[in-house]
Amino acid sequence: MKPESYDGENGHSMLKIKGLRKSYPQPSGGRVLILDIPQFEMPAAEQLVLRGESGSGKTTLLQIISGISLADEGSISIDSIELSKLSEAARDRLRAAKIGFVFQTFNLLPAFTALENVRLGMTFGRGKYNLERARELLNKVGLDDRMHYRPSQLSVGQQQRVAVARALANQPRLLLADEPTANVDPANQQKIIDLLREVCRLESVALLLVTHSDLIAQQFERVERLDQINIASQPSTVTT
Amino acid sequence: MALGVGLTVLVMSISGIINESLQRNSNVGYNLIVGSKGSSTQLVFNSVYYLSKPIETLKYSYYMEFFSGDRRQEEHAKLGGNLKDPERPGAYAMYMRGGFAIPILLGDYVGRFRAVATNSSFFELLQHGERNDQAYAFSAGRNFQDESEEHGFFEAVLGSEVAREMKLGIGDKVQASHGSDSGDVHEQEFTVVGILKATGTPNDRAAFINMEGFYLLEQHAAPERDEVSGLDKPKAPHAHSDDHEKSKAKRLPIDKREVTAILIRSNFAVGMQKPINKTPFAQAVSPVSEIFGLLQIYIEPVQWALLILTLLVCVVSAISILVSIYNSMNERTRDIAVMRALGASRDTVLAVILCEACLIAVCGGLLGWVGGHAIAALASPMIEGRTGVKISFLSIHYPNELWIIPSLVIVGILAGLIPALVAYRTDVSKSL
Repeated sequence: MKPESYDGENGHSMLKIKGLRKSYPQPSGGRVLILDIPQFEMPAAEQLVLRGESGSGKTTLLQIISGISLADEGSISIDSIELSKLSEAARDRLRAAKIGFVFQTFNLLPAFTALENVRLGMTFGRGKYNLERARELLNKVGLDDRMHYRPSQLSVGQQQRVAVARALANQPRLLLADEPTANVDPANQQKIIDLLREVCRLESVALLLVTHSDLIAQQFERVERLDQINIASQPSTVTT
Repeated sequence: MALGVGLTVLVMSISGIINESLQRNSNVGYNLIVGSKGSSTQLVFNSVYYLSKPIETLKYSYYMEFFSGDRRQEEHAKLGGNLKDPERPGAYAMYMRGGFAIPILLGDYVGRFRAVATNSSFFELLQHGERNDQAYAFSAGRNFQDESEEHGFFEAVLGSEVAREMKLGIGDKVQASHGSDSGDVHEQEFTVVGILKATGTPNDRAAFINMEGFYLLEQHAAPERDEVSGLDKPKAPHAHSDDHEKSKAKRLPIDKREVTAILIRSNFAVGMQKPINKTPFAQAVSPVSEIFGLLQIYIEPVQWALLILTLLVCVVSAISILVSIYNSMNERTRDIAVMRALGASRDTVLAVILCEACLIAVCGGLLGWVGGHAIAALASPMIEGRTGVKISFLSIHYPNELWIIPSLVIVGILAGLIPALVAYRTDVSKSL
């Protein structure tokens, strides 16, 4: 997994984006440019909030960063590994090894227990399958007494905490959190944010958190607005 | 899936049991059956399995053609009646060195079971078992005697099933009925002197009576036939009351006697078959080749049909698995996308769906297999009693059964292929 240029020392860029462009086809035949980010960088273990309006391309950006989607142009490197040079299978392996995902809708597998959902997070990474870590993570998010509960037996806040534990199960270097508190009641929102920040700090994981909330954003030292880093924020049609 | 496989396993077991039962019973202890001309299959069904109606009879004097000159004379002296040249050796005596010929007479019933009239050599000379090396043994009593002081000619030996079902023991009396179990019952009683140990052969379901007594039953003497027309001559009024008193009973003379079949063990059976078959009234049949012929004619097509049935079950199961997994794919698109987001490759989700389809197929198949065998095992006492074939839960009586599970793995893979490809092509970015 590690390329020859791999630089694992603290202080290097965990995420580096250069000249990223992403457009989507339109029914009329043209393409809409969604993302055009000349430069963006995020150091290892940093905690950063990315703000943007609905439809501004936040989710698309997270999917490109995680290797789920491909950019049309530009370079994205995660922990010094250039994504555009990797095959789809290699991007899958990179995601399994270095990236954690917390979704807005939790996306827990309903047939699995909390513990099984967390274990799923470490299933696809190589050599990281560790039941003890799964238990430890659930313990960290305060669900040690709910390990064998299915998602339907857990409250919304508890479900999101399971999702946080799952995102950290593979010991990622970068955690992507897409509106993690959007579906959580206000009482639990702060708990989720505190939890995310705390476990990321403890595990030295870089956190890229997408949110609408001013209340949450103001707690972070670095807040980026997508419309400022994305020059395509005023959509224009690009004929290809 | 489970139901289909269960039914298939059950039908396969039944087919296998019939097959095994037929083959097992082909080890009858004799290598030739001589009977009247007619269907060779019917002769075997009659003589080996005690099934179907008996074909025509043979004259007792023909049976004596298997005797040496000395024995013919001896028999003539004992029975009396007309016999040409009793001192000459029988026409087939030369083939009988080291062998034996046992007569059987069929047609009557004891309860619902076939009555087999024969002589005591049936249990003395015949053997049974897979290697034909087990002598008939008695769980109670003894073999019947040609003529005993106590019961005269009227002794009977019962097969284990007959004794069990009719709750008969030593000393009990049985009566033969004419033609069928609901036919006229002969007044004369036979005393049960022996009960056979279970052999797993049709003999367990037969009541053996001394043929000397059988001949003396009403209407059992050969009818006199008009030499020109061949029709039976009218009978004189039957005065059986005194005849049936064992102390006064006389043996039926040779010319009044008939036999249904002659069971022959001979080292020269092949040589003997041709001259017998040349006669206008008798045929010699090898029970083993006839039974195997029956297997080929009747059982093999059934086995092929079962194989096709199995394949059809597999195809229907495959379609049902495909439909059920395919229908669930819409609901599971998000789960698959989540797995992909957590790092699962396309190959991994493809393998997961294929494994799931295989698991459904194999689990359903195993469930059906267990169910089918459980039913067969539950019916084991009845099947063993009727066929002698022992069944345990794990018995496999039909070798193609071993193909069920590997076939189901293939079925699972084929059935899972389309849903797996749908999973493989899931667009993660649109499904999350």
